[in-house]
Amino acid sequence: MKPPRSERLSAFRPQIARLERRLFLKQGLSLGALSLLSGCTLKDDDAVDRLLMTMSRFNDKIQAALFDPAKLAPTYSEVDVTTPFPFNAYYEEKDIPLIDGESYRLQLSGLVADKRPWSLDELRALPQSSQITRLVCVEGWSAIGQWRGVAFRHFLERIGADLTARYVGFKCADKYYSSIDMPSALHPQTLLALDFTDAKYGYPLRLRLPTKLGFKNPKFIGEIFVTNDYPGGYWEDKGYNWFSGS
Amino acid sequence: MVGGADKSRTIHPLFVRVTHWVNAFAIFVMVLSGWRIYNASPLFGFEFPKDFTLGGWLAGALAWHFAAMWLLALNGLAYLAYGLVSGHFRRSFMPISLRGAFDDVLLAMRGLLDHAPGRYNAAQRVCYVGVILAVIVAILSGLAIWKPVQLQTLTALMGGYEAARRVHFFAMATIVAFLVVHIGLAVSVKGILAPMFTGRAEAPR
Ligand code: HEM
Repeated sequence: MKPPRSERLSAFRPQIARLERRLFLKQGLSLGALSLLSGCTLKDDDAVDRLLMTMSRFNDKIQAALFDPAKLAPTYSEVDVTTPFPFNAYYEEKDIPLIDGESYRLQLSGLVADKRPWSLDELRALPQSSQITRLVCVEGWSAIGQWRGVAFRHFLERIGADLTARYVGFKCADKYYSSIDMPSALHPQTLLALDFTDAKYGYPLRLRLPTKLGFKNPKFIGEIFVTNDYPGGYWEDKGYNWFSGS
Repeated sequence: MVGGADKSRTIHPLFVRVTHWVNAFAIFVMVLSGWRIYNASPLFGFEFPKDFTLGGWLAGALAWHFAAMWLLALNGLAYLAYGLVSGHFRRSFMPISLRGAFDDVLLAMRGLLDHAPGRYNAAQRVCYVGVILAVIVAILSGLAIWKPVQLQTLTALMGGYEAARRVHFFAMATIVAFLVVHIGLAVSVKGILAPMFTGRAEAPR
């Protein structure tokens, strides 16, 4: 018998991550045996935290400037595809949300003219395209995968999204959430993916953009919104760099 | 500038001393946070002991790494520009010879190598130029894995994303190997550490 959800370790991951975050500067500064930074003014955790955050925001700006909307990620052929493709989430594989495709409706909100929800059949009726690209994880590993679906730019235009807005945000069935900048959302290789190797990688709908790290590719998407207010993200709010471009 | 005939007793220019210590700080941050990043997805069959890493967890380590990279790169550029323009590199590192370096190492092992203040021996010259190149390779391979799409030509030059990760690792390993010897000698050979702060050779010989 499976233990109730709340007793499984994965249910505590967010708390563990928060705890880890609180520890990161203390540990980071004690450095074990090397007291490199002791004696410097860097004793105040908050000051270092703020400095690192400021640098991370600065790196967001640099990456936005470095982003070339016309530059395509390298593509590969089917023989290069990594099998099995690594599963990665803030929870374990057995805890993926199970979504009924029949009753599924993609919700839209924010700066969007037509907020009518979309069924999977309606999404499939839109022009589909496919890509084989490398997914690079923030942890360092990479894997080549194949994804097929609707060009995100086409979808955003279709729903009358305000393309001058700053952010596109995603709310997912697995309680994950994330957001990307509009230029990356409009990149020709940014895909609202409907087809991928296995349901566990985000059925029925996920975002696939090879111009950002893996964690910026939310799975099990339930709602998409367009906004000018910084929406953050699950990992981003814990300290990972927001832009995280490739 | 070599020998007692020189009027000036400044053996390390201020610019070199400042950029050297800023670089030392930046390298320490980069290496120790880099080890924590490595541990998130180890390339080889080992991990770095957590107590010897910086950042506490992956996001913290990445934050340190991507902050200190600016210090490393800008300080390094300033040092390179100064070294090339002022003639410091030509004066201090030239002529350079692997053969001479090898001979010096043999002399040093027999305890016969003199450390003349203000003049690098052949082994030092090769090591310093070598570590400068290793830092450059570390920065380029770092850029290649940071931006494999925007800087894809650079990534391809490194042999692709996965190869670039390994290049980055071995550049780090080279720097760390240099540091073990470099710091070992700096603290054990008499009268060379203080001048790297003050710029002045200690007692006249
Ligand atoms: C705690 C760390 C370090 C100590 C104690 C130290 C010490 C020294 C000393 C004493 C010298 C002068 C040697 C002499 O006069 O013969 C020197 C020069 C040098 N060190 Fe370091 N060092 C450290 C870290 C580093 C690092 C991290 C790097 C590079 C990755 C580095 C690269 C160099 C170079 C290239 C020179 C020659 C500088 C020039 O004349 O342009 N050092 N170091």
